[in-house]
Amino acid sequence: MDILSWDGALSSSEFSIAGHDFIEKWKKFNPTYPPWSWVTCKKQSCVASHEVEKYLSLENISLLSLCEEDHGDESQIGEEEISCSEEEEPIDSATLVESFDREVHYYDFHIVYSASYRVPVLYFRAFFSDGQPLVLDEIEKDLPACSAKVLLESKWTFITQEVILSYLCISDWNGYACLPCI
Amino acid sequence: MHMEAQKYLWEGAIPLQIHLHELEVTTLPPPPPALILAPRMGYLPLLSTLIKPYFSSALPPGVDTVWFEYKGLPLKWYIPTGVLFDLLCAEPERPWNLTVHFRGYPGNILIPCEGEDSVKWSFINSLKEAAYIINGNSKNVMNMSQSDQLELWNSVMSGNLEAYLRVSSKLKLGTVEDEYTIKMNLSTKSGQGTGETDMAGQVKTGRIPVRLYVWSVNEDFHDLEDAPKIDNWDKISFINRPAEIHTEEGKCFTLHDALKGLLPEFFSDLPLIGEESPKLEDEDKMKIPSEDASSNRSAEEGVENLCERMESSCTTTIAEIKLVRIQGIEPKLEIPFSWVVNNLMNPEHFLHICICIKVAAGNTI
Repeated sequence: MDILSWDGALSSSEFSIAGHDFIEKWKKFNPTYPPWSWVTCKKQSCVASHEVEKYLSLENISLLSLCEEDHGDESQIGEEEISCSEEEEPIDSATLVESFDREVHYYDFHIVYSASYRVPVLYFRAFFSDGQPLVLDEIEKDLPACSAKVLLESKWTFITQEVILSYLCISDWNGYACLPCI
Repeated sequence: MHMEAQKYLWEGAIPLQIHLHELEVTTLPPPPPALILAPRMGYLPLLSTLIKPYFSSALPPGVDTVWFEYKGLPLKWYIPTGVLFDLLCAEPERPWNLTVHFRGYPGNILIPCEGEDSVKWSFINSLKEAAYIINGNSKNVMNMSQSDQLELWNSVMSGNLEAYLRVSSKLKLGTVEDEYTIKMNLSTKSGQGTGETDMAGQVKTGRIPVRLYVWSVNEDFHDLEDAPKIDNWDKISFINRPAEIHTEEGKCFTLHDALKGLLPEFFSDLPLIGEESPKLEDEDKMKIPSEDASSNRSAEEGVENLCERMESSCTTTIAEIKLVRIQGIEPKLEIPFSWVVNNLMNPEHFLHICICIKVAAGNTI
């Protein structure tokens, strides 16, 4: 692939290869984090032979509150630990907002190949511990400060409401997605 | 040519008979069902402005969230009404009996709907996606002025084709050109001049936005009324893959070719249908039947014809097409795909195709 002339589009088989690579790299650089996994469409009538029907999934990731330090690049994804880490994480994850109640937010992420946009699309949704969903404003507070800034300026913006994932052979997704805005 | 077909489509409507769910009726006697003509291209939640006042006196106190259901299946609100009808009523039911609920929104089956705004948002997102597929970017949709966006949406809601065309032409989403359409234009009678402006200078072949609804069955059926019922959304596969048009010199790219590209594993063994002279004449292909009995009969005959031919010619295939339905009609598969795209697409520029496939039992797909 000629990187210089590449328009950023991927074929579904390229996505598959990249996805496997991503899983391996994630395990390598984030060994303490839960791994991503491939999920295949389980519907009775599903056309499972197409690679587009597989997607990457990382679910039930809990984010805990951090201490008062407000550096944009700090991040913490884990089970029980609550600590301030100054080290740069290779993968940009959410910062935790100072919270006196120490709320736990649970995140689900799916990375799905979109045949329409020819790119992987990130779908995400968040819940409180009681199962109540978070709205986008609340999710934004979980983002690192630099990401939030990028969010405002970038051409890759969030869709600010529920997105329909059923058109990708998965049952309807009640959450958000980052879709190309070009 | 396009104008005529588009007019038919935009005027197309499904007669609905809407019953208030019995558990939500607080009056005696219960209110009679509401009779509504729902635009094919519209969406069910948009009907609530008519339905709510009709039933409001019978409702228990509380907050209303409208949702619809057909034979126990909650209906996905972002699917156009006509598509829901084509998909869920193998044998078209007229009027279509639906149940409306104002309480107990099934959040585990349906994503939330906040009335008109949700539907509008979903529509605009689909339009963006269609623009991206056709042009490689969604610029034209994203740069639409607020007033244009509003006018576009209002034209869809009110079924105003003229207003729709006025705004949507700015989006430059083009039409698909091919020899067939050109030939038809040359051979049709005069007095047809005005509708051709969208043809001139717009050559956009390549990727076509398609939403494919695949319903696979294990048993055979001859009559549509014997078709197994869809009682669960898991029985439908939603395929969202653009169709790719590949033009070859001297050959017409047909609907069959397009479907083959979208579902290769189902089509590789199937012969092209329609070698013998069909019952429907060529001219019938061009007319869009309105929702009346006569066209219904001929469509059914077409399907039976199709099924018989399929069974006689397929011996070793694992799957056979029982039904392909677009905008309520069952086009012959050798119809030029460009005609289908130019004439049968929805206002958000997606072509919605319902397809029923019989898969031999025991096949893992």
